[in-house]
Amino acid sequence: MQRVTKGRNYAAIAALDRLFLIAIYAAAALFVLLVIMLFGSLVKGAWPSLLKFGAAFLWTSQWNPVTEQFGALPLIFGTLVSSFIAIVLAGVVGILAAAYLAEFAPSWLARPLSFVIELLAAVPSVVFGLWGLFVLAPFVRNDLGPFLQKTLGFLPIFSGTIYGTSLLTAGLVLAVMILPTVTAISREVIVAIAQDLREASMSLGATKWETVAKVVLPASRVGIFGAIVLALGRAIGETIATTMVIGNRPEIAASLFAPSYTLASVIANEFTEANGALYIGALLELGLLLFVVSFIVNGLSRLLLYAVLKGDRA
Amino acid sequence: MMAVAEQPPYERKSHKLAIRHAISWIGTATTAVCASIGAICLLIILGYVAIQGAGAINWSFLTQLPAPVGETGGGVANGIIGTVMTVGLATIIATPLGLLCALFLAFFGRGWMPEVVRFLSDVLSGIPSIAIGLFAYILWVAPFKHFSAVSASFAFALLMLPIILRTSEEAIRSVPRTIREGALALGLSEVVTTLVIVVPAARTAIITGLLLSIARVTGETAPLLFTAFGSPFWETNPGNPMAQLPLQVFNYAISPYQSWHQIAWGGALFLILAVLVLNILARLVLTARFNR
Repeated sequence: MQRVTKGRNYAAIAALDRLFLIAIYAAAALFVLLVIMLFGSLVKGAWPSLLKFGAAFLWTSQWNPVTEQFGALPLIFGTLVSSFIAIVLAGVVGILAAAYLAEFAPSWLARPLSFVIELLAAVPSVVFGLWGLFVLAPFVRNDLGPFLQKTLGFLPIFSGTIYGTSLLTAGLVLAVMILPTVTAISREVIVAIAQDLREASMSLGATKWETVAKVVLPASRVGIFGAIVLALGRAIGETIATTMVIGNRPEIAASLFAPSYTLASVIANEFTEANGALYIGALLELGLLLFVVSFIVNGLSRLLLYAVLKGDRA
Repeated sequence: MMAVAEQPPYERKSHKLAIRHAISWIGTATTAVCASIGAICLLIILGYVAIQGAGAINWSFLTQLPAPVGETGGGVANGIIGTVMTVGLATIIATPLGLLCALFLAFFGRGWMPEVVRFLSDVLSGIPSIAIGLFAYILWVAPFKHFSAVSASFAFALLMLPIILRTSEEAIRSVPRTIREGALALGLSEVVTTLVIVVPAARTAIITGLLLSIARVTGETAPLLFTAFGSPFWETNPGNPMAQLPLQVFNYAISPYQSWHQIAWGGALFLILAVLVLNILARLVLTARFNR
């Protein structure tokens, strides 16, 4: 009699185990499904716009909700230029900062400093936007802009009227925002470089700096490139901070002092007021574009980083 | 005499070495300056928000509804409650799903399916939050024809999942295999072993990940624009549009009124403090484990 009940318990336990296993599989499947649905629903929503404008959506420069003419070129321009400014500034500073944290800094300093830079990444983007709008934008308009114009004004990118909310301001805010990403991941990549290389270089008589600049950094270039690409993805998709400081005008201007517009800020500003399937479709197509671009950019950087960090995922 | 004859090339060498050391020193100093730029940026922003925001935070700021244009006073109490509710609901959605997915990754290791999940999770963490907000809109707002806090929680949960997945997977992996095998050998079932032995053993790192994921979405604004939408009222029904602190900061900041800018600074200070506390808490939980 007891044997039977025992057997029954085993059966129940085995069934519970199976159920648990199914739940684990189901959760994983649901997760994959959600990502696929994310892509699918954007395509479906963007369909009217995809049909009407086709690929020309990408190189038409008219963004006019009144006449229902939608071309994303000025938005792509604003997104790329502001992100480019950010990546140049944050790239240089971030890689050097990572070299310091990984190679030069004493550990009592490296640890708290890394943590502080991590905290910078935690600051909400709306706070960056607020600071950019009320502190950085006036600074660019009154001090930095006139200075650049006086010294480098012969360049077309520093010509024209100086606006506070401009491509340059957006680029600066984005640079601060992606700096922690570049720094933290580059640092991890540099730390992962084999110690043999350093020792070999030092034993040949190279100074510490020569070892870092000529051996360690070149050896980490693939991973650092991955970090840069990842940060680029962040900059392209950043919404609220950019919206607050870029001036929101869908025009293509040569000057960095001119206001501009980005893919994400158009969605942020116009989506709740959009009416008509075509307008909403065009905005969703912008979202789809952001999704596809960041999918490619992130996928690429992850594959690079997987190869470098071997298992430790950044 | 021989030594004297040899001196010139010797001296030239050490001269070169001095230059190389000088370059080394300058290079190191440059990297140190670059490393401090990030910290300085944080200090400047924190300082500005603290100075501008401290004046705005008072009792009515924390307890009252927003005042209409033209009236002074008023607060962001409904936004604070709304944000806490929305983030709380997102945590409730994301935690079990994220934990189960992490168990999947930790137990099934390196097959093609876990690799796909891992890759998608990493890529999802880089998808702009506004695109995820659009997804939440299409799925939960468009069919019901009104904005809701639930849709915002859904978007937040998607933003939290990659963080929970990664930290929990690593946490579960770090539990020694022998503990798990020992429990199974004593006759405990798979479920009991996992939920009573393995997950509790990994709990500190899991909690750290949870805190970080909560910090990640607290202060997130973009997806709220067309999910929770905001509301001037006390709203506690997650099926309705709900006030959100980050949205209030955004809307007040871009408004033309000086007194509203003041409230935006106050809200920003509140947000930044909440996020920093969450991050520091996460760090403390993790280090407490190592010190034990």
